Amino acid sequence: MNSSSQSSSRAPERQPQSSTTWLKGSHAPQTAERVLSWGRYPKTEHRQVYKPAWNDQVPEILKAAAPASLLPFGLGRSYGDSCLNAGRDLIDCHRLNRMLGFDESAGVVRCEGGVSLSDILRVFLPKGWFLPVTPGTSFVTVGGAIANDVHGKNHHCAGTFGAHVHQIALYRSDNGLVFCSSRENAEMLRATIGGLGLTGVIAWADIQLKRVDGPWIDSESIPFHGLKTFLDLSHESNDRFEYTVAWLDCFAGRSVRGIFFRGNHAANYRKNFHPKGGPKLPFELPSWILNRFSVRAFNAAYYAIHVAKKRGAIVPYDPFFYPLDSIRQWNLLYGRQGFLQYQCVIPESNLDAFEELLDRIARSGMGSFFVVLKQFGSAPPAGMLSFPRPGLTITLDFAMRGERTLGLLRSLDEVVQKSGGALYPAKDARMGPALFETSFPNWRDFLRYKDPKMSSSFWRRVTGLP
Amino acid sequence: MTNITPVRAPNSAGTPAGSKPARVKKIVILGATSGIVLEVQRQLARRGCELLLVARSPQRLAAVQADLRIRGASRVLTYSADLSSIAQHNGVLECACREFPDFDTVLLAYGSMHNQKDSETSVEVLLEELQVDFLSAAAILTLFAAELERRRMGCIAAITSVAGDRGRRFNYVYGSAKGGLSLFLQGLRSRLHPAGVRVITIKPGPVQTPMTDGLPNAAQFADPQRVARDIVGSLERRSPDVLYTPRIWRYIMAAVKLFPETIFKRLPL
Repeated sequence: MNSSSQSSSRAPERQPQSSTTWLKGSHAPQTAERVLSWGRYPKTEHRQVYKPAWNDQVPEILKAAAPASLLPFGLGRSYGDSCLNAGRDLIDCHRLNRMLGFDESAGVVRCEGGVSLSDILRVFLPKGWFLPVTPGTSFVTVGGAIANDVHGKNHHCAGTFGAHVHQIALYRSDNGLVFCSSRENAEMLRATIGGLGLTGVIAWADIQLKRVDGPWIDSESIPFHGLKTFLDLSHESNDRFEYTVAWLDCFAGRSVRGIFFRGNHAANYRKNFHPKGGPKLPFELPSWILNRFSVRAFNAAYYAIHVAKKRGAIVPYDPFFYPLDSIRQWNLLYGRQGFLQYQCVIPESNLDAFEELLDRIARSGMGSFFVVLKQFGSAPPAGMLSFPRPGLTITLDFAMRGERTLGLLRSLDEVVQKSGGALYPAKDARMGPALFETSFPNWRDFLRYKDPKMSSSFWRRVTGLP
Repeated sequence: MTNITPVRAPNSAGTPAGSKPARVKKIVILGATSGIVLEVQRQLARRGCELLLVARSPQRLAAVQADLRIRGASRVLTYSADLSSIAQHNGVLECACREFPDFDTVLLAYGSMHNQKDSETSVEVLLEELQVDFLSAAAILTLFAAELERRRMGCIAAITSVAGDRGRRFNYVYGSAKGGLSLFLQGLRSRLHPAGVRVITIKPGPVQTPMTDGLPNAAQFADPQRVARDIVGSLERRSPDVLYTPRIWRYIMAAVKLFPETIFKRLPL
């Protein structure tokens, strides 16, 4: 998949991995394979990637590690560098993917940190349970969903993922296995939710699932013009619809246009359901494929298709929640240099700032392929460093074109900072310490709960700490 | 030492609609915590199979047991034993016959791969590798073979390796142990054929598991889920006797075996 793993073919041929010799001396895993985040920018090199297959191996890794050298890693769906640890080590948790228990009467599942949300759906949806909150991809781990305190289309009524975590067990380098819930170590729980993996390795978590009738979503898509209309639609829908989100065509000039999606779990709709797999993007596309003309054409077509479509329909859950999951490795679309995602939240009282943001993007001529808009609810944050807060959040993709792209994003930062908004760490690869400070003014309180052996590229950049 | 935990799944509703009814019902898994078989077990669980898991670590067995129950296995028993120690084998068979009397399939899945260089310099390492990968495997399969032969039914499957098809300078110790096991299974197949007991030799190519972490090009190795799908398929179907997975390895190894030794010995493979 990448060239660096080939370059290591002259390395010693065999690295033994029987369970008894695991992690001893020269037998330590020295994977030279390259780990990138979903945006494939920045291009980092790691020193070692540990791949524990069992929870009981995690304490050994923590014990052997140097201070500020480790970071847990899930499925690498964070876009920037919050899941990377350049020059240091990662603990790849994807093999810690066992479900340890299920309380059928309460709907609470206990699973290891590496269990993916798609796995939970595959096991529990046929039994009539759904995720309490789901982000725009199901290929994230439970550990990652907690560490980024992810949100979804139901933020206005359900809050974030972290709000549905009853209890976690956390491997700490200084304290062993620590149990955290609202009754016990509640502050450690609040620090771990949205804590970007810096508080330790999640051994397991108890997640509250939600009863649903089936895999179908009763959905509506409504074309709209202008931000004001969007807000009206959003306000009007928030009481009646569990899920709301909008897609925006940022090429339509000053008159913003888009499609507003809203939906509820369909009740009493019994039809056979066959999840289907999709195609896979086999390699990086040449970066010229995404240019302002093709992106503009895509956006116009997307708008036209949804205007022409029936307004209401009962659809399977996967295209509604995970439209991009059907194309595996869609991130290769952006070519070798990768892309940057930009997600900010701006207080609703500050619509001018929002328009200024869209205006700056339009003037730059670097339109975003896919723009998503959502009104956050007013639920109190579940974590110390949770990103969602009342306001409008917008998500944009920009192909990485060097200084041109970074310059535009810096100018967007100014708008966000002035408006009193915030930037989402899970999507970020470049914000400076000042904007982090504005976004998360209480980050110094978090320091007390940070595991001394954990660090990340993101953390070092925004705090200047080791 | 015995550690039996009978667990009954609450219902069979865990089997997703559309999955085929299982022909394989009751399976003893020797080495239930090894890399490839973890995936195999999940796919069997989804089909509602009953499993007896044998492995060394009780905690790991407990985690796997809970996971497989949630994923739909209708019954999961565990028994902890160190399978590399032949002295413990009788206990395994006794447990299977007592607690899981109508088992119909035995899948041997454990193995170890040491550093080849270590086994060139240390006879101790060499013998340990042969003990785990060949001697203990042949020993426990002999016990189970006698049992199934007596019952005149069932299936024995064992995971060996494509490394056993031809000796190479970089892993001939592992290769000879696995190759020996393949030959053993070949003979066993012939012996058990009249009794109606099926013997499957499973030869995976390199797979992304903890055993192969850190090998060069590990990122290109086969996905365990895909390999597991092939293995489960071979347990359900009547053929083939020798399964190469991913299938391309059947052709690669056919070509590798054809190389004249005078040339092959010079290749840095």
